[in-house]
Order: sequence, then C-alpha cells, then structure tokens
Amino acid sequence: MSQKLLIELSKEGRRGYRFPLSDVPSAPTLPESVRREVAPRLPEVAELDVVRHYSNLARHSFGVDYGAYPLGSCTMKYNPKLHNYVAALEGFTNIHPLQDEESVQGALEVIFNTTKALSQITGMAWGSLHPLAGAHGEYVGLKIIKAYHAKRGEEGRHKVIVPVSAHGTNPASASLNGYSIVEVATDKRGLVDVEALKGLLDESVAAIMLTNPNTLGLFEEEIGEIASLVHDCGALLYYDGANLNAILGMARPGDMGFDVVHLNLHKTFATPHGGGGPGSGPVLVTETLKPFLPIPDVIKSATGYRWQWESGSSIGRVSGFWGNFLVYLKAYAYILTMGSDGLKAVAQHAVLNANYMLAALSDYFKVPYQKRCMHEFVLSLQDYKEKWGVSANDFAKALQDYDYHPPTVYFPLIVSEALMFEPTETESVETLDGIIEALINLGKLAQSESARLKEAPLKRSVRRLDEVKAAKEPILKWQN
Amino acid sequence: MKSYIPHTVADRQRMLAAIGVASLDELFAPIPEKYLLKDELPLPLGVAEEEVFQRLKKLAALNQQKISFLGMGSYDRIVPAAVQSIASLPAFVTAYTPYQAEMSQGLLQAIFEYQSMICELTGMDVSNASLYDGFTAATEAASIMLSSRRKSDTILVSQTLHPFTLEVLKTWALGTNVKIEVVKERGRRLCVEDVEPYLHGQVAGLIVQSPNRYGIVEDYTSLAQMLHTNACQLTISSDPLALVLQKSQGEWGADIAIGDTQPLGLVNAFGGPSCGYIAVRKDLMRKIPGRVVGQTLDIRGNRGFVLTLQAREPHIKRERATSNICSNQALAALTTAAYIALVGEAGLKEVATQSYDKAHYLAGKLRGLSGISLEEESPFWCEFPLIFETPQTLERALKALSEAGIWGGVRLGKISGKAEDESTLIVAVSEKRTKEDLDLYSTTLQEALK
Repeated sequence: MSQKLLIELSKEGRRGYRFPLSDVPSAPTLPESVRREVAPRLPEVAELDVVRHYSNLARHSFGVDYGAYPLGSCTMKYNPKLHNYVAALEGFTNIHPLQDEESVQGALEVIFNTTKALSQITGMAWGSLHPLAGAHGEYVGLKIIKAYHAKRGEEGRHKVIVPVSAHGTNPASASLNGYSIVEVATDKRGLVDVEALKGLLDESVAAIMLTNPNTLGLFEEEIGEIASLVHDCGALLYYDGANLNAILGMARPGDMGFDVVHLNLHKTFATPHGGGGPGSGPVLVTETLKPFLPIPDVIKSATGYRWQWESGSSIGRVSGFWGNFLVYLKAYAYILTMGSDGLKAVAQHAVLNANYMLAALSDYFKVPYQKRCMHEFVLSLQDYKEKWGVSANDFAKALQDYDYHPPTVYFPLIVSEALMFEPTETESVETLDGIIEALINLGKLAQSESARLKEAPLKRSVRRLDEVKAAKEPILKWQN
Repeated sequence: MKSYIPHTVADRQRMLAAIGVASLDELFAPIPEKYLLKDELPLPLGVAEEEVFQRLKKLAALNQQKISFLGMGSYDRIVPAAVQSIASLPAFVTAYTPYQAEMSQGLLQAIFEYQSMICELTGMDVSNASLYDGFTAATEAASIMLSSRRKSDTILVSQTLHPFTLEVLKTWALGTNVKIEVVKERGRRLCVEDVEPYLHGQVAGLIVQSPNRYGIVEDYTSLAQMLHTNACQLTISSDPLALVLQKSQGEWGADIAIGDTQPLGLVNAFGGPSCGYIAVRKDLMRKIPGRVVGQTLDIRGNRGFVLTLQAREPHIKRERATSNICSNQALAALTTAAYIALVGEAGLKEVATQSYDKAHYLAGKLRGLSGISLEEESPFWCEFPLIFETPQTLERALKALSEAGIWGGVRLGKISGKAEDESTLIVAVSEKRTKEDLDLYSTTLQEALK
C-alpha cells in the first residue's frame, strides 16, 4: 500500500518552517498587470510531517547502502561517506559561481587538479568538467567532433557509426548534433564486426562511438585496427566511458587511439547517483581537439588559478556555470583516496568479481557470447522464456524479494531476454555468493513453479505495477 | 588493501581458482599487450581518509565567503535544516534511476510530488522529473518548439535572457541547421509589440525570461496570443520563487515553462548542482524530454508509481528520442520538493515578499547617490541593475564593498561581454539579508562614491 501524498496530509493553516521576521518596511507591490492571480496549491504540513514523509519514502526505496546493486553498465559501487563531509564544507557550498577568481582559488584548484588527474587516467591531453551527466558529455564530445570537421572544411561528414550493442544515448546524442546514424554489426564473438565496419567507412563518416569494454562486457580486442581504419578515413574515435571501471589503471583510451572520451563520474568515480542525478560527465580530448573544448577552461599561472575565456575554436558554453561542482569534488576526493595503486585495484577486483559470478552462473544460464568477461556480463533467459514462459523481467522482479537490486534487463538489445550484471569491486565474495544462490534458486523455481516468479515481487511496498496503464492513462501530478 | 575493496588474499585465491585462472593479470588477457600499462598511472599513491579530508579542508578554506548580493542565476537563500537532512537520506542518495519500480516506490513518489509542485507553481499541466539546469532547459524547450511546427528552423530569443542562456543556445545550434534570432530589448525589457516583425514561416517559437537578466519583471500581455496566431509557441523562463508573486507561465498562456530550482532549497555550491525544470501544456506531454513519473495501480489495485511515457526516451527510441537526457538532477529535484513541502505556499510568499521588500529598501537607499543611477521605468523583484558613471567607479565601489565584507553584485559587462554593460552591476537581495546588511551596503557605497 502506498503512503499518503503530501497534499493528502495537508491541513489549512499548518506550517512547517518559520522564517525570520522582515526588518524592513513593505514596498508597494508589483503592478497588477504582472501579478499572479491564482495561488499555487501546495501542501500545508508541519516539519515533523515532512520529515516522517520522506523518511518513510526512504524505507520504500533501495540504494547501495542497503544491498547489492549489480545493475549492468551503471557501476553501482559504494559511495564513500567521506565525500559527503567534503561536499558539505562551507568553503565549497557557500561560494557563488560568479565570485572573482581571487576569492575562489580553492575551487579552481579542484577543477584544475581533477581535470589533470582524469586526463592522466584516460591518457588524454586535457578536458572539461562542464558536462552535467553522461549523455550531456556525449553531446559535448560530438559537438567538438562536429566543430573539428567544420574547421577542416569537411562539413560533408554527416554520419556517426554506433555498434548495435551501443547505449541508447549514443545515437540520441549524435542525432541531437544533426548526425545520421549508421549501425555496425556485432560478430560471433560479440565484438565489432571489423569487416562490416570497413564497408561503412568513407568520407561521409564523422566518427564512430565505442564503449570498451563493450556493453556485453567484452574488450574490443581489435581496437588498434579499428582506430587505424577510422583515422585513415579522416573520422574520429569516440569513447563512451560508461565501462571505464574495467580498465582503470590497466589501460587507457588515449593509448588505444580514442580522440574524445566522456566519463561518468557517478559510475566509475564513486559519486552517488542520487536516484537519477546529479551526475557529472567530463569530456577529455587529444591535443588536436583541445582548442574546441567548452569555455571557460581553468589555467594555472604564476599568480594562481585563472579562468581562460578565450579560445577561438571553442564550441562555447555548454551549461550555465562550471558543471556539477559538488559532484566532481567528490570524484576528486575519490582519486586522492585511491591513488594510482587503488585505481588499478578497482579494475582488477571489478573484473575478478564479474568473472567469479559468470563462472558460477554459466552452468545454469545461457551465456550468449564468451565465457570470460571484463567488469560485467550478459546472460540470456531465452530458454526459460521458451520452455517455461518466464521472462527476464520475471527474474528481475523475483530477485527484488531477495533484497538484491535486479540487474539491467533487456539490454543490450542484441541479446534476447538479457540480464546484464555488473557487481563492481566493492562487493564481497560472500555477497556475490548470495546473489548467485538466489539466481540458481530462481532458475529452479522457474522450472517447477513458474507462476510464483510471474507474481513477484511479494515483499515490496506494492505488487507488480501496471506500466501499460500508466502510459495509456497518464496521471503525472496529484489530482484535485 | 583499500578499505572500499573488501577482498582478502584468501578470497582472491578462492575466486581465481573458481574462475580457473592463475592470476588477476590473466583476467586482462583480452587487452592486447601493447595497450596494457607498463607503469602505474602518473598519480600519487592513495592516502587515508583523514589525510584527504584535511587536504580538501585546506582547499575549502582558500575560498572566501562574504555577505552576498550576487545573483544572476544562483542565490544565497535560507535553507531549512530539515531540507539538508532529507536530502542526505542514503536510500535516495545511493539509488540509481528507479527502473525497478516496486523497490523504488519512495523515490518515485518523491519525484511525482516534485512534478506536481512544479505544475502548481508554473500553472502548467505536465512537468518532467528535472533537467540539468535552467540554462540547458532552454535548449530542450527549443527542441520541443521546433518539433511542433513543421519545416521550422528558427528560434526567437529575447535579448533580455540571461547571457549564459543565449550562449548555451548558440552552442546547441552550432553545426545544425537551427537559427537563433535575437529580439532586441527596449528599456531593459522585451516589449511585446517589438516581436511581431520577427515572425515568419520558419519561426518555431520565442523564448523569454522574467524576471529577466536585469531582474526586471516583464509584461507579456497578449504575447502568447500573438505567437499562437502566427503558429508559433511561447516559452517563458522564470525563477520559480518569483512565481508566487508574478504571473505564472500558465497565466501568461505559455506553451512551455522552464527555469532553475536552485533558489528553492539548493546551496550556491559554485553553481552546481542546481536543477532545471520544464513543464508543458497537456498537448505537448509526449514531447517532453527526460524522465516522467506516473501514477498507476498494482495487480491488487493499490496505488503505485512508475517511470512512464518511456517511448520518448533514448533507451527505447534511440536516435528518434525527443532528447538524449537520461540522468538528470533527481536528488536536487527531491531537495527542492522537500523545501517546498516545508515552507508551503505561505513560506514561499514570505521569502519572495521579503526579497522584494529588501531589494526595494536597498534600491531606495541607493537612489540619488552621486555617480549611480537606477532603472526607474520597469518593475523589478529581488534583483536590480545599478548603473555607475564609469567602469572605474563600479570597480571602486566593489572594492570598498569587498573590504566591508560584502560581495556587491555581478558585473553585467563581464557576463554579457558587451561594452554597453561595462558600468552595470546587477545586485541581488535575498530574504537572508538583514536591514543591517542593507544599511552597510548603502553607507559603504555612499562613502566610496564621495
């Protein structure tokens, strides 16, 4: 049973907060022609009502702090508590984005050092922390690619190639920049079909967007050849950083020939995802593309850190101020804590955990491609669907009753009835054993009592929800 | 080993054996040898939590804090203690996007309530779950307008938009076939009668802002009608707090409402995170970008909430999605909702009115000082332009204010890059400022301008 809405708790005249009384005289009001006529209908509730409301809503939510969250491609690792303390320091929260440079030297140093560290981690020349989320980073990265080709007089490059297994944001971001999308097939191994790619590359191609390891959790082993082919035809190579966790400190996109990289700090760099943001999607580029980065940049001079506004080729401003400062501040704290040794250990244990789970599950579930993975892997429940009518969605819902967050379902699109697991390095072997056991149990249950899976979940605050009804008869705000 | 990685040596051995490999390195065999780093990353080794905290505390201390009259998109307002406490609840902080509705009912309900509040404030029918910020929101509004009029390729923007909004739109249009045309201001505001000459068959719509870049409240009487007659749409960007005093976007007849909820419970934080809002009329519901939460029923007939209208989104529609946005500013939206819940309509009105009264009190004190003038023609809310005789007097004034412990305002010239703005300071006054602060501001300025 869902809890009451705030508006249903409302009682006329009740107050939840008291502001200091005004100590200045009232001014004549705004002219009538611009004055609001009908007051907004908002809840009138006491402070305790509000606190209890949200505390109870929190009881009916689930985060990494509550249990394992092996949501593939989302890197739901532990978010260190230290970061919250750092991001609550008044010297960071109580500064205005338009203060003079001299008065925000600490903040500018955070920007400079974080950009530098991320450049080193990815093997790129420099970057920008302005993009406010991963998809925003993609948009900015492709805008840079567009500006680069335009500057070279190659506006004719109107296509962006994405693998069929790509994240949906890749084609959406490319399309937003006016590109048409061409898909490249995946071969039997689950990797980019290089022969097919050769047939697609010509002077109409602006870039190819790759995730490496890809969304099947497999490393694109022919990345060297792909990079040569792409560069030979004058196009650029774009790295979607969603899966960087797999190679932190082990290998770098820059060394593989990528020209533009975007990262998701709310994945790889342990900043909390907040139930859907705020994230942070820095973009990093090669020396050649540096002049196209968004403005302003931060530079280090003899007299301190300075904004750098001038850049003739810059694509310009991409967000209001300087990105989600408190988010990349947390990522900076994470980089300092982990250091070069710790970041490498992250990749090693992320890959160890994924392979451990895959090895244990491959006897019970179909592995559509290779039996060894990087930081994540994909299973197909096509057999279960055909034989017992149990879908990937049913498995996901049933897993909720074990207090694990389900994996990503129905992605990548090239695997039918897909379940995509990314355990991350912060889960212990005991936790992994628990998830494995739950999945094996569910596999058995699917064969003997499939109806039970279709009814799941049974232990959450609501039973299975009618999504079709929600879309067909939309109720998107509280009713009168 | 790092405390965030729980593996013991024995764990690792057992796991490697289960996988059937001899070492961690063997797991990285798919990466061609030449790409494997031979050396460690050129970063220092990791350090203990306490050392990181001390280091960042020092950096925080390098940032100066003063009594702030800075605004132009980010404001120093009172944040009730309970807001921060609610925004820190781990179930919200450490969750991903609520794809699994049954185990995310709390988060989904919180977003549903946020959407409801945005609809109430703006007077619109449908809000999404949030956008990145109020600036990028303008690009999403422009996309909706373009997709609503066939063969349109032009977005009109008022010259009185925040200069950064204009810049963000310019970047957005770069390399595409979209044209941005600027409707000239008159007397620091957009005059409705000036819009008509700009309307032609390729125009999708107009974006305006009130309070505008100068803090002036604009009058849009008959604007929506004029645009609709010409098959164009209207987007109005507003500080959501101002909406309890001035006409809402819905009351002006706008098609799309945008803005930034930073003034509603979010700290300055050097400009981010803030939280963009967007709300539309019902007939644009299926064009709205990003996440939307809807109410539905479970199989037992109980109320519940889910992410809905997903056929608009990148993971379904890919290149045909209405926008590429996925992660938005969910936690910031939840924070805003908690703020609105705590203070209520009465509280919002109190904050907006105190800001108004205090801004007008300060303006009154400054009026008549030698060397400065004020905008006298148009009404303003909590922010107003102070026009100095020269850029040099402006600098002298800011220096004196700074020495008195005050950030005096935002130099408009620096933000707009325009020579004619070089002597203009935009002064923002929030409810947090006391009469003492305001008197200190005026006396300091009086001294400095002597």
